[in-house]
Amino acid sequence: MQADIFAKRRKDNLIFFSLLGLITIASIIVTEYDVVKGFTSVFKAAVWAVANFYPNAKAMAKLPDILPKLQETILMSISSTTFAAIFSIPFALFGSKVTKINNILGSVSRLIASIFRNVPIVAWAMVLLFSFGQSAMTGYLALFFTSFGFLVRAFIETMDETSTSSVEALRASGASYLQTIFQAVLPSAAPQMISWVLYTIETNIRSATLVGILTGTGIGFSFELYYKSMNYNAASLVVLVVVIVVFAVEFISNYVRRVII
Amino acid sequence: MPLLEIKNLTKKYNADTLALSDVNLTINEGEFVSVIGPSGAGKSTLLRCINRMIEASSGYILFDGVNVSTLSKNELRNLRTKIGMIFQHYNLVDRLSVIENILHGRLGYKNTFEGIFGIYNEEEKKSAFKIIEILGLKEQVYKRCDQLSGGQKQRVGIGRALIQKPRLMLCDEPIASLDPNASKIIMDHLRNISSKMGITCLVNLHQVNVALKYSDRIIGINSSKVVFDGAPSEMTSDIVYSIYGSEAEELDIDIGGRNAS
Ligand SMILES: Nc1ncnc2c1ncn2[C@@H]1O[C@H](COP(=O)(O)OP(=O)(O)OP(=O)(O)O)[C@@H](O)[C@H]1O
Ligand SMILES: [Mg+2]
Repeated sequence: MQADIFAKRRKDNLIFFSLLGLITIASIIVTEYDVVKGFTSVFKAAVWAVANFYPNAKAMAKLPDILPKLQETILMSISSTTFAAIFSIPFALFGSKVTKINNILGSVSRLIASIFRNVPIVAWAMVLLFSFGQSAMTGYLALFFTSFGFLVRAFIETMDETSTSSVEALRASGASYLQTIFQAVLPSAAPQMISWVLYTIETNIRSATLVGILTGTGIGFSFELYYKSMNYNAASLVVLVVVIVVFAVEFISNYVRRVII
Repeated sequence: MPLLEIKNLTKKYNADTLALSDVNLTINEGEFVSVIGPSGAGKSTLLRCINRMIEASSGYILFDGVNVSTLSKNELRNLRTKIGMIFQHYNLVDRLSVIENILHGRLGYKNTFEGIFGIYNEEEKKSAFKIIEILGLKEQVYKRCDQLSGGQKQRVGIGRALIQKPRLMLCDEPIASLDPNASKIIMDHLRNISSKMGITCLVNLHQVNVALKYSDRIIGINSSKVVFDGAPSEMTSDIVYSIYGSEAEELDIDIGGRNAS
């Protein structure tokens, strides 16, 4: 019986890796991707980047134009995340095993979240482009949708993990549904939920840059502008400030996490 | 005066797991009753059917003359305030303090608003401090529960149940995760609660010796059926064998030890 399980696992692994290998080879043939050229051009790209892709004094003069755009992107990431978090809480409460009201509502809310989560952010942005055009609204909603889907899932798991046992105890003592939520579920789950919100803000700053290129807003727009006009020094400055901001946000959120947990 | 009457109680989780079959029991006010039996016998299921944390499949339960199974949602809340519950894993809100966890036992008596914001009156706070003193937790009042030892956590669990002013305590393996010293403290407290406060205790136990030492009465359950119901003095090694089956030898039970208290 035991031996069977191991044999089966070995067989499964063999099949999986053979399939993976086949698919890789097939896609290289179909796309006519030259593996050797692919790797050598990485080197060439690096040489080019060192020669052209760095911020010089002239690029620094663009900083006053770049910073407001950067601010727009950061604020958009934060506010789309907080709104998504607020909307996620009721969905998570319905979807969690501990706090569900009934199974139908639970499945529906998990399904909705799963749709919002699994459609990639770029796809959302493209779809929204039809309705809202190249505007901040498009980027905002795209960030909001994916954050919402992700946070519902994260909150459900946090609640299930942290509050199952105390909820049982409070229910057994006659506490009502809302009392249980506020006295057991939220106090237990809050630190991890905040941690997930911070994580979402981090990822949203990264995604917002990308979405900004599509929608022509925020820091993504600045990058596109300088890149298209072949002002590579200014474009590299944009990349640099984005990297700095992402690191700074990660640093801050790690600090906050340490304090609250 | 019977406090609890259980008639033809049957619980089927699904087609092939019968957890309780045709259980009949009468438990009198003030009695200290232990329930023993091998793992999977149905002890936890029995306890949880009484306060309807699990819905029975058939049969009925009278608590103080009231049929538990027909209660409405609000009546059920009301019933649960009169039944305290103690858990093997304490089921506290770990991030809250001892006093907050103990006061949770009052939620069942509160309206939604007071409960959500944790508003307790002077009398409730006074009685919480009195219970804390009885349980020897004075030094820990404002400590977070994740900083307590297992034995201290279980005492908080007892405190939370006591502040409900219950008539019945359901204890599901209260000492299964504790060392012998802490176990003795917890069992002594439970025994006190029954003798001094007149609260009926129904305690699931794994240790036959402990059951013999503390109980007024022992109920033995084996594969969903009550196979023994009598005083500790009626317990013989044959009966232990009939309750535990072949597991009995591993238990190493000293029947003579029952007078050790
Ligand atoms: N939620 C559930 N769904 C399905 N079957 C269950 C569920 N809970 C318990 N059972 C089954 O019902 C039977 C009785 O379980 P119960 O938990 O009451 O036993 P127990 O006597 O408390 O055991 P232990 O000493 O291990 O705690 C077991 O066979 C168990 O597998
Ligand atoms: Mg059990």
